[in-house]
Amino acid sequence: MTNFFKSPLFGISLILVIIAATLPWYVSGYILGLLTVAYYFGVFAMSWDLLFGFAGEVNFGPTFLIGTGAYTAGILNNHYGLPMYPCIALGAVAAVIAGFVLALPALRVRGPYFGLTTLVAVLILQSFIVVFADLTGGEIGLTIPDVLSIDAGVNYWIALGFMVVSAAILFGLSQSPVGLVLQASGQDPVQAGALGFNIVKHKLAAFIVSAFFSGLSGALLVFYFGTASVGTVVDIAVGVQVIVAAVLGGRRTVLGAALGAIFLIVAGEFLRPTGELATFIVSAVALVVILFFPGGFLGSVLSREARS
Amino acid sequence: MLALQILIDGFAISALYALGATGFTLIFGVSGVLNLSHGAIMVAAAVAAWAAASVFQLDSYSGALVGVAIAALLSLLTYFVVVQPIQRSNKIPNEEKEIFVLTATLLWGIMIQEAIAYFFTNNAKTVLPIIEGVVKIAGIRTPANTLFTAAVCCLVIALLWVLVNRTRTGKVVLAASMNPRGVTILGFELTNVYIVVWIIYGVLAGIAGVLLGMFLGVSSYSVGPLTASAFSIVVLGGLGSVSGSLIAAFVVGYLETFTAYMISPAYRSIPALLLLVIVMYIRPQGLLGRR
Repeated sequence: MTNFFKSPLFGISLILVIIAATLPWYVSGYILGLLTVAYYFGVFAMSWDLLFGFAGEVNFGPTFLIGTGAYTAGILNNHYGLPMYPCIALGAVAAVIAGFVLALPALRVRGPYFGLTTLVAVLILQSFIVVFADLTGGEIGLTIPDVLSIDAGVNYWIALGFMVVSAAILFGLSQSPVGLVLQASGQDPVQAGALGFNIVKHKLAAFIVSAFFSGLSGALLVFYFGTASVGTVVDIAVGVQVIVAAVLGGRRTVLGAALGAIFLIVAGEFLRPTGELATFIVSAVALVVILFFPGGFLGSVLSREARS
Repeated sequence: MLALQILIDGFAISALYALGATGFTLIFGVSGVLNLSHGAIMVAAAVAAWAAASVFQLDSYSGALVGVAIAALLSLLTYFVVVQPIQRSNKIPNEEKEIFVLTATLLWGIMIQEAIAYFFTNNAKTVLPIIEGVVKIAGIRTPANTLFTAAVCCLVIALLWVLVNRTRTGKVVLAASMNPRGVTILGFELTNVYIVVWIIYGVLAGIAGVLLGMFLGVSSYSVGPLTASAFSIVVLGGLGSVSGSLIAAFVVGYLETFTAYMISPAYRSIPALLLLVIVMYIRPQGLLGRR
């Protein structure tokens, strides 16, 4: 851990964060809005990476956790008139419960079976949102009366601050002894178990931490958007984007996942003039990275550093 | 009356699911690949058949053939462009190859889906039926093409069984699924075996896609649900077990049809998903899976 504060990675991250924090003084509200969404996505991708990169579990349903947090917060605010901050907190709690419920059966199975269980969880959540349209707004979406802030700069700072704090906690966790045990149990569960570590407990903890940050970020995102809809927080396409972001940025790096998410969102926006081809191009770029640079952005840089 | 209707409709849908899932499970059994671009290949076949018939004015038989050919071609491309580079890569650790194949085929599927949406719009397309007209079975009016669909599915699955169990090529494929190294020692090029399997898979997915296009119609939005349903059926039946997939396809097909008729079409997929979760919990290896 102490090594990290001396490493160039820490210095670069610090400089990047300081530059990012000053952005509201000289860039347009449009770019700020874009980056705000990208930062929340960054948190989604980092929490996903904690599960995949460290615990070795392929969670195909990050949006099950995100969506549960987002919709819980939204419904409490819209139907029960709860103030915003309790809603966000309860959203995160709901996501943790959802993560626990998902983890219990899911941890009994491995590999593709685990992936499918998480995928099915998303499909079930999506069906329930559509079926209970009175409560959830169905396919049209749920309007959220409260907003985080009406000022683009303040929204941006909230998102940036949230991402930086989450990154610090998630990265710290991944470098801690707990993170090492997770990594060991992800790579060779039998041997890690033989060394006396309780794998299930560690993986469950990883699930809960991942769920907490996903849910919190999802809840904040709906209060930023002012609406919650299947297309923005639950759809499988959103989950795919989170996964692609994490793999693109470099799995098992946590910080890379945030970079990947920012890249994906910004690239998607730059490609908007190409119309429907935008998704095609982003997917193609991601595919090329996966095929030829499986370490991702940060992974390639870090391994070069480690070699030299 | 309603029971008979459910029986007929459910059979057609289940047979279609079975066809799609058989190819999916075959690929997994032989090369350990879960191909998440499955739905995209099915939709591409249906859209190609539709385009051949309505844009290039071919008759519906040739249209269907074009669709199946496109699916076989795409399937080969999937293998050469996406799967083989990952399997041969020395930068990806072996234990992570599975997740890379999953992610890469998922992206590949999205690319196919977006290309379809770009060239042929997102609108739903219905492929012209090969057999027109309506048949009355015990008072139930059934489109003749529904029966045709069911018949073709059963026939193709039977042919597949013969191919795998009774021909030389099939036996090599079967052997490769049991012991790939043994097959190479006997002098068979493993890549050729994989090519054969991916072509078989492409043809199966293509036929399923074209028939689905006639039966229900497809759009680029069907890609995700189709992949998910094939994935669930295959896991429900037990990964790599063809007979398990067949049983699971009928369970899911009838469950969906029953729900759609008796409760509401909006709830169509929910019971099947819940069933899947329960099976995952009680019997993680699926109905007929081995551990």
